[in-house]
Amino acid sequence: MPKDVTDVICPFCGTLCDDVVVTVSDDNKTILSVKNACAIGAEKFNHQRLPGRVKRPRMRQPDGTYKEVSYDEAIDWTAKMLVKSRKTLMYGWASTSCQAMSIGHEIAEKVGGIVDNCATVCHGSSLIAIEDVGVPSCTLGEVKNRADRVIFWGCNPAHAHPRHMSRYSIFPRGFFTVKGHKGRKIYCVDCRYTDTAKCADTFIQVQQGFDYELLDAFRTAARGEALPDTVGGVPKEKIYEVVEELKGGRFGIIFFGMGLTHTMGRNHNIDEAICLTRDMNDFTKFVIMAMRGHWNVTGSGQVLGWQYGFPYAVDLSRRDQARHQTGETTSVDLLNRNEVEACFYIATDPGAHFPINAMISSSKKPTVTIDPHINCTTEISDVHIPVAMVGVEVGGCAYRMDNVPIETRKVVEPPEGMLTDEEVLTKINNRVDELLAKGGA
Amino acid sequence: MSEYIIKNGHVFDPVQGIKGDKKDIAVKDGKIVEKVSSSAKVIDAKDKTVMAGALEVHAHVAGPKVNAGRWYRPEDKHFDSHKKPGITRIEGGKSIPTVFKTGYEYARMGFTFAMEAAMPPLYARHVHEEIHDTPIIDEAALPVLGNNWFIMEYLKNNEVENTAAYISWLMRQTKGYGVKVVNPGGTEAWAWGLNCLTIHDPVPYFDITPAEIMTGLMTANEYLGLPHSMHVHQNDLGNPGNYKTTIETLQLAEGVKPKNTFGREQVMHSTHLQFHSYKGTNWGDFESAAKEVMDYVNKQKNITIDTGNVTLDETTTMTADGPFEHHLHGLNHLKWFNVDVELETAAGVVPYIYDPNISVCAKQWCIGLEIALMAKDPMRCFITTDHPNAGPFTRYPRVYSWLMSKKVRDERLNTFKNADKVIGATYLANIDREITLYELAQMTRAGPAKCLGLMKDYGGLKAGMNADIAIYDINPDKFPSDGPAIEKAFGNAAYLFKDGRICVEGGKVVDMGQKKTFWVDAKVPENKQVMHDVREKFLRYYSVNENNYPVPESYAPHQHIITVDATKA
Amino acid sequence: METVTLTVKQVPDLYLECENVNPDAFAGKTAEQIAKMGAYQGKEISTLGEFFTIAGNAGATAADTKIVINGDCTKMKYIGAKMTAGEVVVNSACDMYTGSWMKGGKLTVNGDVHSFCALAMAGGEFTINGNAGNYLGAAYRGDWRGMSGGVLRVKGNAGSDVASFMTGGTMIIDGDVDIHLGTHMEGGKIILKGNANRRVGGQLVKGEIYVFGKINVMMPGYKPSGEVDLEVDGTKATFIDYTGDLGERHPKRKGATVYGHLFMKK
Ligand code: SF4
Ligand SMILES: [Zn+2]
Ligand SMILES: [Zn+2]
Repeated sequence: MPKDVTDVICPFCGTLCDDVVVTVSDDNKTILSVKNACAIGAEKFNHQRLPGRVKRPRMRQPDGTYKEVSYDEAIDWTAKMLVKSRKTLMYGWASTSCQAMSIGHEIAEKVGGIVDNCATVCHGSSLIAIEDVGVPSCTLGEVKNRADRVIFWGCNPAHAHPRHMSRYSIFPRGFFTVKGHKGRKIYCVDCRYTDTAKCADTFIQVQQGFDYELLDAFRTAARGEALPDTVGGVPKEKIYEVVEELKGGRFGIIFFGMGLTHTMGRNHNIDEAICLTRDMNDFTKFVIMAMRGHWNVTGSGQVLGWQYGFPYAVDLSRRDQARHQTGETTSVDLLNRNEVEACFYIATDPGAHFPINAMISSSKKPTVTIDPHINCTTEISDVHIPVAMVGVEVGGCAYRMDNVPIETRKVVEPPEGMLTDEEVLTKINNRVDELLAKGGA
Repeated sequence: MSEYIIKNGHVFDPVQGIKGDKKDIAVKDGKIVEKVSSSAKVIDAKDKTVMAGALEVHAHVAGPKVNAGRWYRPEDKHFDSHKKPGITRIEGGKSIPTVFKTGYEYARMGFTFAMEAAMPPLYARHVHEEIHDTPIIDEAALPVLGNNWFIMEYLKNNEVENTAAYISWLMRQTKGYGVKVVNPGGTEAWAWGLNCLTIHDPVPYFDITPAEIMTGLMTANEYLGLPHSMHVHQNDLGNPGNYKTTIETLQLAEGVKPKNTFGREQVMHSTHLQFHSYKGTNWGDFESAAKEVMDYVNKQKNITIDTGNVTLDETTTMTADGPFEHHLHGLNHLKWFNVDVELETAAGVVPYIYDPNISVCAKQWCIGLEIALMAKDPMRCFITTDHPNAGPFTRYPRVYSWLMSKKVRDERLNTFKNADKVIGATYLANIDREITLYELAQMTRAGPAKCLGLMKDYGGLKAGMNADIAIYDINPDKFPSDGPAIEKAFGNAAYLFKDGRICVEGGKVVDMGQKKTFWVDAKVPENKQVMHDVREKFLRYYSVNENNYPVPESYAPHQHIITVDATKA
Repeated sequence: METVTLTVKQVPDLYLECENVNPDAFAGKTAEQIAKMGAYQGKEISTLGEFFTIAGNAGATAADTKIVINGDCTKMKYIGAKMTAGEVVVNSACDMYTGSWMKGGKLTVNGDVHSFCALAMAGGEFTINGNAGNYLGAAYRGDWRGMSGGVLRVKGNAGSDVASFMTGGTMIIDGDVDIHLGTHMEGGKIILKGNANRRVGGQLVKGEIYVFGKINVMMPGYKPSGEVDLEVDGTKATFIDYTGDLGERHPKRKGATVYGHLFMKK
């Protein structure tokens, strides 16, 4: 008899929807159907049963082909690589559990690794901005229950976080928002007319690369100071009008995404948006939130935070201190500058996200990738260690975009004999201990 | 397990009334025992001070706002991250240490228990993840309840039983220890950008006052018979003139009787009283109200307090008092972090520099010390820095030096830039009292243990209690006269035993012990109404499902559950 | 003043952390002792002697010590960082953190420097006879205290995020800068002889920026408030005085609001 697993946490995006229902086969081995998740979320579950999934580690041979090896062989190779390298990039962590990260950090501290996560190519600029000016924010339930002014600035949840608008930000009826969508004014600021813009009451088209100036203009207008006729292509009348509407709300929120993090000035755009949010609190209640993408990238920042005090790009290479400097200890910079000697990738696919030059640099170094599936990165790795899918085949803690942690659920058994991230990392950690006790590789 | 005998030390134990007499302490199987066999390992404590392990009654050491404070302040550990030789991990952070440093530093100072003072229930899993990663010390966490929608709705209708049933349910979900209240009503008001500055300001929409919330929670707390009392961070924190609200709040305890099986005698613990003992109308005419507040505390026996001593450092303030942090940011313009938590609470974080050259900071420093020095009953007044709000907990040794030596504190007081002004606005210059080692043991061991309902096992050296023992390089007959020497001795325990294991030796961490997570399971009669309300609120207003709300067992692998039975209450 | 001359004999293959290469660390040491001081490449600790030929002994104090470095230092970090006195001359380009947290003394780089140089500089004289990278004289991540004192001169161009969170001191750049000059500035003086790309003085609370060349796009929060004749770093000219950033908070002194000033050469 197939059975339903309820309250399942979607393993895909930072919205971390936790109301998914998965129907699994009687033998707990196969996912038969997925309810409540959006298309991209459901697709992630479907990966579990893709044909041709690699079930054992593979090691690249001198002729470039891959040969299946045992977990022990792969782990031994990895441990030796880590012990030998003077400086190792240990990147990824977004699709694994906080428990696994902890073990990874222990390894990094012993072998001199630099632990970096997907924020480095994503919301790292948001983290810099928060380091610089803080951030007034809230949990997603607050938005649902209270928000009557919702701004999407440089983000497109309609595509990237499909259930965000229905669960939290536009449509839901909450405690103080009984009218749902009708009680909210929705704004979209973007350089192009997106599908999210279609849901907005007001669309403001900003000239590409002028978000910082426009945000500064909003702040200037909020203080009642004079503005030039247009800023970033937006007429000043519009700016004053919107500022007054925002002041007139009871609870406003700005959601922002790649349109701010990946355009000119990056962190400064977010910095200015945070400062606008802060200023608006002189008039009403206002908060701001990053639309974080990669599933548990937030969790990686949290664990690094409580263990070392930095949210990403944590340089433990000296083994006697933790350091952090975006632009120096960040993955792409390390690769571009050839500052590391080996690469250890886990639970993400830098091959798909990093600039090409960084990946060319990476491909010349000894590389191990731990990932459930074959991806761009496994194909430039010396060793690929397949593991169970976190949030599908094994549980573990993950953090939502608003930093709320949720213990994810195991819904099906992993393929026979397949290890989890935690198990593989524990074995590597033990092997590293043995090697170090013997005085090196 | 090994046996130890600690010989020839000067023992200070309020539980047995021992005031520095030479007495041997025997340890076996993690407990203090009457005697041990001749094979017991001998620890020579000659010319040393022996006390029970200390207990932290109120600190922010684990959870979402603590961690926000960590990661959004890279500058707090840029030159302060290091690894000491031995088994310890990299430790960093001046004002908000990482979890590793937190565990090590408490242990090095002789602590064996710390209470995380504010756990947002929705983030309980985060709090427990950090507690799990904090080595050596036992910990527990207080869920914040003073702005919780369930609580406010039940108490509006005087439904004490429902309030109690909800608290019991919530403590089980969150693995929580007791009832914490932060700026009651004011933090809910903050969700609309407002605040409740007196205990009679109605909470927007919920139509209840802070006074009613606190009275109701005190009643529910005693109805349940929890080990700890209601633990309150009062309204109007940090504002000149707030002492009247402070006394009015303390008066709410009048006539309320403690009811529990743990030996706890207070019904209200009022935390970081320093921040609530201000006279004056603005920062210009700001003065100490420590006398007014402590006169009341001294005569009202069913309340306990902690100090919240300012340490004169650059630190990071953090509290569930969301509107306060916004206000503070308006004063110093340093980076402001805030998170409002649906249906429950909020939190804010702002860095702050307690600059000895600024007279407001110097006066705050005086007030914190005055509170401890004016306390008539050291069993009801505990030393804290409200870590990291008034300063990092790592400064306890320095705070002790100010409290235990008039010379040391007067040196500090008289060299403030505006010493005359500071002395004129405070009482400290005229106080001669020096806290004795015995009183220190009351204020940091026996007192907090009793207040937290842990006196059966913690805070003393009587046979049968936990073998949590701190030994300091202090000869009471030759108590050090200079500040640095006092600091060094209290900051580097000669030995720390935790559950009978030596975890610190010569100020160095040598064993990670086995930390436990404490929580309270309060049994109440089945309550259909509350369970219905819970279901309803999760379906309609929470952003997580009810089944994903609890803290899984695996987050507290070494849990110690204290069970109370309120089914017949 | 005693002079220690370091000559690079081996270029590091990773990056070498030279936090020991400054007058304060060298003070009181002989050439042999200096050669034994540590330098990290990742987790590997080597000695300065493995990378440099060292000639001459240091003076008794930092103030009595001059360090001259010859050879290729492009892969060396932290040269002159945290120095409080004495003199350092580098006849090469340098990597990151050169002269960062410098409090005093004189540092000259006869070449380019990478990013994060003169970070939170508090005093002394730092001259870069080449180009500088990003975050020159800025604050360390998260800190609100950037460059607070001293004089920093760049003969060439500088990158982006120059002088972020500056609170004091003087920075003179002969060439051009990229985006974000003086962001979050709260004091001090920047003199830019060349052009700025965009976002000059954004979120600026207090302080003065002088621009001799052009700014591609002005921030909207700046408003012209008249013309002034000034002598700036030896150049006499008429400047248009803009006050701003009007989008940012500003302190009050004696009841009057204190704004920042952006002076554009006419
Ligand atoms: S919105 Fe994100 S978390 Fe929710 S179902 Fe879709 S992919 Fe999964
Ligand atoms: Zn508090
Ligand atoms: Zn507190």
